[in-house]
Amino acid sequence: MKDIILKAENISKQYRLGEVGTGTIKHDLNRWWYKIRGKENPYLKIGDVNDRSTKGTSEYVWALQDINFEVERGEVLGIIGKNGAGKSTLLKILSKVTAPTTGSIKSRGRIASLLEVGTGFHGEMTGRENIYLNGAILGMTKKEIASKIDEIIEFSGCERYIDTPVKRYSSGMTVRLAFAVAAFLEPEILVIDEVLAVGDAEFQKKAIGKMQDISKGEGRTVLFVSHNMAAVKSLCTKGIVLEHGKVIFKGGIDESLKKYQTLTQKITTKLLDFNRKGTGEYRVSGLNLISSGEKKNTFFLGEKITINLLLKQLKQDSLKNVRIVIGIYNFMDEGYLRFDTNLLNFAICLDKSESEISCELEESLNIKPDNYYLNIAVFSENVLIDYLTNAFEFTIENADYFNTGKNLQDSELSRVYYKHKWSQLK
Amino acid sequence: MNPTPNSNEWLFEITPKNKFFSLNLREVWRYRDLLFLFVKRDIITVYKQTVLGPLWYLIQPLFTSITFTIIFNKVAGIDTGAIPPFLFNLAGIMVWNYFTSCLTGTSDTFKSNAAIFGKVYFPRIITPLSIVISNLIKFGIQFFIFVVFYIFFYFQGADLSLNGSLVFFPILIAFMGILGLGLGMLISSMVTKYRDLNNLLGFGIQLLMYISAVMYPMELIKAKLPKFGWIVEYNPLAYVIETSRYMLLNIGSISILGLVYTMALTLAVFFAGLLVFNRTEKSFIDTV
Repeated sequence: MKDIILKAENISKQYRLGEVGTGTIKHDLNRWWYKIRGKENPYLKIGDVNDRSTKGTSEYVWALQDINFEVERGEVLGIIGKNGAGKSTLLKILSKVTAPTTGSIKSRGRIASLLEVGTGFHGEMTGRENIYLNGAILGMTKKEIASKIDEIIEFSGCERYIDTPVKRYSSGMTVRLAFAVAAFLEPEILVIDEVLAVGDAEFQKKAIGKMQDISKGEGRTVLFVSHNMAAVKSLCTKGIVLEHGKVIFKGGIDESLKKYQTLTQKITTKLLDFNRKGTGEYRVSGLNLISSGEKKNTFFLGEKITINLLLKQLKQDSLKNVRIVIGIYNFMDEGYLRFDTNLLNFAICLDKSESEISCELEESLNIKPDNYYLNIAVFSENVLIDYLTNAFEFTIENADYFNTGKNLQDSELSRVYYKHKWSQLK
Repeated sequence: MNPTPNSNEWLFEITPKNKFFSLNLREVWRYRDLLFLFVKRDIITVYKQTVLGPLWYLIQPLFTSITFTIIFNKVAGIDTGAIPPFLFNLAGIMVWNYFTSCLTGTSDTFKSNAAIFGKVYFPRIITPLSIVISNLIKFGIQFFIFVVFYIFFYFQGADLSLNGSLVFFPILIAFMGILGLGLGMLISSMVTKYRDLNNLLGFGIQLLMYISAVMYPMELIKAKLPKFGWIVEYNPLAYVIETSRYMLLNIGSISILGLVYTMALTLAVFFAGLLVFNRTEKSFIDTV
């Protein structure tokens, strides 16, 4: 028989959009009026599916709808989905930070969450005092912390500063100390969200290693949410894929990642509507990949392409020393290629209402058949003007790259294809 | 560990609404270390990097007492009988301060802790409880300085005598704390939705002080303003302050009926506060 440690049944969560506070009393009274007459909450029936990019008609929105899943003891479950799919809401419900609107979660073990490290750190207190306080907030007893304090201090690598107030710490040290406390939690079920995005590369490696120990070595049940698909892949055994607040796939981690890959974003047409960072004097308003004079988003392995950017002036301002960086990433957020005007000493000056920049690849695009997307950053005098992520999604399809009619059987084995020659010398 | 896959043996369940009333004392007990650490944090961090440190706990009541003595006793001429007016005021201010610091501290619970409440779960009641306890320690320090002045005035020849009912003083203070906590929880829960209350609280407390018999004996208001005396009589805080002066300084009167009324009201407010607090903690993060 399966040993189910956690079971979610019909979990839904409704949020009210717009300004909370206006008309609250009216809705509250209305709810109460329905309630005393023994009727159902009138606002539960309405509500749109949570698609952030399209404008809905209702004031209420379902961040999660009818979520059902089970987790077995010792399983490491990855929860994946694009931004706004409801992952964080689900974790908030699991860690009891907020209650679901309907449904229930049943658990056979203590749940502790690592939603964001360093909650409750107090700047005036020393590192050691903060370890105790933070540990207690996360649900440890003083005795448990005392028995592990040396390990925690060692793991954090902050021995020298441990009796100094935390406000004197660098941000990296604070994060390391906080992660160290959390890593030594011992609940039956651990909920982790995005903690791996902290610290320097060395510490990240250490953190992932610790996560692997927790999930594999110690047989702990872990629910893991991250945008770092490589980390998800290496840590998780099972996965569920969320889209617009609904579970669209449950299964093994490899199938889940494949399903995730197919969730393409439809933002290529309206780049200006897309929220982004940067000061915004100019915005990337158009983006095209061109091969043999044709705009496309599917290419064959080995095609020569040109990336065309349209920049629209939004504020009356001209920009000097403009630097543009284009990065090509796969859906696991691993960088493949990077084109930087700075590297080629190419200086741009933007002063027209619309400018067009093109970047022609001199070599053919020979990265392995997969889905990729572009990240684009525009700087002027080292100030970030515009930053678009997941801006354009395109596919590379297999082709007869070597002119032999043959392909690599397992594309996992080679990330880049390379024209080459074999010869027998002896 | 012995897993039993039987659906009725779940350790706990997360559901949309709390049961009508649930104070999970076992869970609070499990988090007692956190309570202790919060109290410690409140005490040690408030006056870090100040020159006078914990002396600030004393400066505020002492200076307020001096001001009250000058304004209300010397200028306005309120008579405190055989008791030195300074001691009379200090006793009232000390108890009043405990109530207001509990009330203002706890009434901010959800708003000021939104960041941490939004990330981790622990029984939310721990936070207001820790505020009441750390304020009790602060009260203890102030009580000590009161004793010092009591002895000083005694040797100055003031007519001071102890009252046997003094043994009940801790119970009286406990009720003051519970009332502050209950009212604070009530307000903190409502503030998450209606921010207006925050503005009300600040000057509300100030006005409340004038009808709580802090700077005058209860008799006086009844004698001087017979028409409005009932406002003070219906105020439970006035009884606590009047009674604590009776216990500490043997002045004024003790009204059993008034005290029973105060305690009943305190418990009612406390349970109402607990109820609303419990409901709010489940989903306040969506509205705060």
